[in-house]
Amino acid sequence: MSKPEAQRERPRLAVFKFASCDGCQLSILNLEEDLLAVGEALDLAYFPEASSDMKPGPYDIALVEGSITTAEDAHRILAVRQQTKVLITIGACATAGGIQALRNWADVEAFKQAVYPSPEYIQSLSTSTPISEHVHVDFELWGCPIDKNQLLRVITDLVVGVQPRLPGDSVCLECKRRGNVCVLVAKGIPCLGPVTRTGCGAICPGMGRDCYGCFGPSEGERKGPGLPPNTVSLATRFHRELQLIPVEVMRRFRGINGSVSPFRTESEAWEKKT
Amino acid sequence: MLERDERIRIMATASETCAVLPSADLQWLLDALSAKGYRVVGPIVREGSVVWETISSVSELPIGWRDQQEPGRYRLEQTGSQEIFGVVHGPQSLKPFIFAPREPLFQIKRSKDGFTTSPTLPQSEKVAVIGARACDLAGLVIQDRIFLNDTYRDPYYATRRDGLFVVAVNCTRSLQTCFCASMETGPRAKRGFDLALTEVDDRLLVEAGSEAGRDLLSNLSLSTGSEQLSAEAVTRIDACAGGQVRRLDHSRLPQALYDAHEHPRWDEVAGRCLACTNCTMVCPTCFCHTVEETLDLSRQQTAHARLWDSCFAQEHGYIHGKNIRPTIKDRYRMWLTHKLASWIDQFGTSGCVGCGRCITWCPVGIDLTEELPALLTPGTQPSITSQQLEGT
Repeated sequence: MSKPEAQRERPRLAVFKFASCDGCQLSILNLEEDLLAVGEALDLAYFPEASSDMKPGPYDIALVEGSITTAEDAHRILAVRQQTKVLITIGACATAGGIQALRNWADVEAFKQAVYPSPEYIQSLSTSTPISEHVHVDFELWGCPIDKNQLLRVITDLVVGVQPRLPGDSVCLECKRRGNVCVLVAKGIPCLGPVTRTGCGAICPGMGRDCYGCFGPSEGERKGPGLPPNTVSLATRFHRELQLIPVEVMRRFRGINGSVSPFRTESEAWEKKT
Repeated sequence: MLERDERIRIMATASETCAVLPSADLQWLLDALSAKGYRVVGPIVREGSVVWETISSVSELPIGWRDQQEPGRYRLEQTGSQEIFGVVHGPQSLKPFIFAPREPLFQIKRSKDGFTTSPTLPQSEKVAVIGARACDLAGLVIQDRIFLNDTYRDPYYATRRDGLFVVAVNCTRSLQTCFCASMETGPRAKRGFDLALTEVDDRLLVEAGSEAGRDLLSNLSLSTGSEQLSAEAVTRIDACAGGQVRRLDHSRLPQALYDAHEHPRWDEVAGRCLACTNCTMVCPTCFCHTVEETLDLSRQQTAHARLWDSCFAQEHGYIHGKNIRPTIKDRYRMWLTHKLASWIDQFGTSGCVGCGRCITWCPVGIDLTEELPALLTPGTQPSITSQQLEGT
């Protein structure tokens, strides 16, 4: 039996940033009225984006935003892991390497030379990698940015003490629950919803536009049961019936979550056909 | 099926159950339903298709629009005519009105000495749906059998069902994807409706199918139907049935599909299937659901809700630490075998009503009327066995 409410210590929450745009951290602040309840249920011990009062670890829950793009960050994430009980990645960067993982197919040295007046000051790895390639990750929240309600659910589940549920269903399932009209079928636009993970609330098809896969692949490619989604069949549909040329099919899969298998495998297969 | 002359006679002579409404006066019906306390719902054009929405005026209906459907493709076109019910259907059947996509079931709250549980039944509401098709009604009848079963009556479904008034529309035009004639569910609405309309040019032939429908019809004081108009309606409905290009031969079901369990065609279709769940979501009879707990940070309460789920979702096959349907092949086989075969053993009817929605709304255009004959034709190579799969 858990402790009576009054005697219960508030779990300590930390929010860390790596290579990212801060948008996922902002989703936490965008919880608005729910933020008060979060503040009551948890001790916001370390959250530089919200407060300059930064308390040292250990932490019960760490939310990690951003990917690993420097040697320094590769070292820092080890320290975060060491002082954290439950580590949760938030967003496409931390979970899959993010849009900056497009560098994984490019020459980072050439970028440096082209962009910076003094490229010798830039210390950067040639790749952008997800947190899970460096340390053990307990839960992964996908999205660019994450869905604030999904984050609230996961935090609430952890505070109450139940296993957080992060379904790997396709966006289509939620799209149909919402009563959206399928944009792929009714408009012929190349929606990634059938192979993309739910959690966003199917907001893009709800606005009549295509899903671009910001929640990453559906099914259980990396965790849990299941197999990778059938990207081959969808890509073939894009090409044959929706008349996308191979480079367009490649770009569909090489976006915000482009470096995560099976999107990576699919984009590389179409790159060969260009 | 009744003989043609018999059907014409019934339509034309039973004045208390049959009448003529000029299409221009359809608003009378909407107003009469509103006056009876119904929220009136009809198809409206949205995002390249039609969806059910609350309407107050006939002008909101898709006048002049027609839908063209084929595997994986749906398009609307404006013909410029005054046809009111030219769009056969959109992605939604009647299912969302009664088996809600997200249904709160109960709340649990902490109390001094434990907890209290309170059901969260939906508010009873009178909803009149205008424009349901014979296939939708056939789906409704099947869902009634599942949810209103004597032993396990679902109070949430029952509450929504009690308030539902259905104004069906008999189909006088078939889509490429329709095969209700071969499933013997349409194109004419047989049962489950309160009123049924047949649009014949600028007139609507109105038939009552229930006490509530007869009651409403008598309030409208319309002129009775003529034999000539009824004959024309029957002719058009028959032509619609005759014009269907797809059919499903279910004469050898269920056994033939059980015998096809190891057919190589399952691998072929699994190569195309996205397991995206769309076919099951748009199916008028699919009833799978999952439950979800929404906790509160205060730790004082939790809400338990039912959500539409699908046998194509990976977690649906996950029980007791093992996924019993890990591959897309497992899931497609499960779905088609249940829908067309074991449904008959379970509920005494096919789970398919021939609406063709699963064909149209499949993003890669998989067509069950093409899959079934292929599966019932002896295959040439042995299929992968489940033991071989487990070994991989």
